[in-house]
Amino acid sequence: MAQEMKIVPARHWGQWLVAVILTAAVGFLGTMVLSSPNVAWSSIPLYLFDGTILEGIKLTILFTVLSMVISVIAGAVLAMMRLSSNPVINGFACLYVWFFRGTPLLVQIIFWFNIQLFIPSIDIGPLHVETNAIITAFVAALLALSLDEAAYMAEIMRGGLLAVDDGQREAAVALGYTPSQTMLRIIFPQALRVIIPPIGNQTISMLKTTSLVSVVAAQDLLTRAQNIYAKNFLIIELLIVASIWYLVMTTVASILQYLIERRLGRATNEAPVIWRTVQRLLRAEGSKG
Amino acid sequence: MQHTSTHSENPMVEAIGVRKSFGLLEVLKGINLTIHRGEVVCLLGPSGSGKSTFLRCVNHLERMSAGRIAVEGKLIGYHERNGRLHEMNSRELASQRRDIGMVFQRFNLFAHQDVLTNITQAPMLIRGETRETAVARARDLLRLVELEGREGAYPLQLSGGQQQRVAIARALAMRPKLMLFDEPTSALDPELVGEVLAVMRKLASEGMTMLVVTHELAFAREVADRVIFMDQGVVVEEGPAREVIDTPKHERTKAFLRRMH
Repeated sequence: MAQEMKIVPARHWGQWLVAVILTAAVGFLGTMVLSSPNVAWSSIPLYLFDGTILEGIKLTILFTVLSMVISVIAGAVLAMMRLSSNPVINGFACLYVWFFRGTPLLVQIIFWFNIQLFIPSIDIGPLHVETNAIITAFVAALLALSLDEAAYMAEIMRGGLLAVDDGQREAAVALGYTPSQTMLRIIFPQALRVIIPPIGNQTISMLKTTSLVSVVAAQDLLTRAQNIYAKNFLIIELLIVASIWYLVMTTVASILQYLIERRLGRATNEAPVIWRTVQRLLRAEGSKG
Repeated sequence: MQHTSTHSENPMVEAIGVRKSFGLLEVLKGINLTIHRGEVVCLLGPSGSGKSTFLRCVNHLERMSAGRIAVEGKLIGYHERNGRLHEMNSRELASQRRDIGMVFQRFNLFAHQDVLTNITQAPMLIRGETRETAVARARDLLRLVELEGREGAYPLQLSGGQQQRVAIARALAMRPKLMLFDEPTSALDPELVGEVLAVMRKLASEGMTMLVVTHELAFAREVADRVIFMDQGVVVEEGPAREVIDTPKHERTKAFLRRMH
């Protein structure tokens, strides 16, 4: 009978060393920042719930929601165009994706804001409108964010549509579904499972990306913080206030994303079954030939 | 559908000189074939002989390169105008395909829908049937394929044999006048083949017109009225099922049947 012996786990000395160095470094930086006489810490809570800042948060969320909604719709259209057999339609979608993914968003924002420089007014028959009256900072910012995001969304959606087995389309078509019924009832619902997680990531990313529109003073969270520190010079303090809010928003969005994916995950739990079925089909195929 | 008067005169399927090329490879080299109402015809032949491609031409899933196929006297996929064939638009194609059921090798049940929705969606969406009618019909069909009570199951919760039987029920829900089977048992585990063939046998005995691509010689011999043997894109031999399978005349048919036994 073997005598019971005490088990001594392996010691990871290297990891311990790294942990100690990390703690020391974070502690050092923390004390350096917190003890800095140049940061007016007491002003941060004052500005955290400032009315202007809260208005800015509202606008940042509005930009995020609107640009995501527009880009999801535009992206779906572009993705279907990409899968079209007509070379002109397909080519247009390719060109769109190439152009908007290839130019910096910051440049696009400034471009839309200055569009009146080469299109000063819009004339349709008797109708005459100054471009500036339509393309305000808000509209320029929203256009830039949406059109740019649509290019990425198109690629995400195309991936989702291609992930649905072509047999599903064939079965629907053989039953007499029209192409649009096939897309709406059969292919798109199945593509959603692939599409939704990356859309969540893009949304979280968009919350932060909206800060770029501050270059055209679109009154988002960063613009408001900048407006305040332009007057009182509490630059670091207001950037910290803005950062706190961005962290709050992205954290809430991440939790929402987690909840949505867990819901979807219930169905995706069957992925191993799908895999097993695929393997069985492959085996049957092989033995047939 | 307006041709009701000619129904009794025309064969169910009439194919004349059907050709199909994929790039430089010609897989169908002029197929002529007639299937009469109520007939069960099995297409046999080695892999790559063009049998599945031909089957897929019958409901225009595959666009043929030349020739013509008519179902009940109506040209499939094309309008004939001034000596030219104009391809139909997707709406017209969809309306022709309603009347032709198809069963696939890989079942292709709609993975996001339960069994009942798989069977009832097309009749409701495309034929405009009421929910009650469609559901009642679906239950009848599930009884036919011996899957009563599985309305709520999702395709992945079913075995291959069960999925294929649901797929047959789904096709029958559209009340087709012709059923196409594309190697319906080839993707199944051997012990599940029998249950699918049993359903097909039942359908045949009820007088359904069926065109079946299969490797199941015993089924073909027993159930088919006629067997067509294809090889390298041409019809090599055709005739009554037992005659062709038991006493093949052509050398290529003999060689193929020897390999299958």
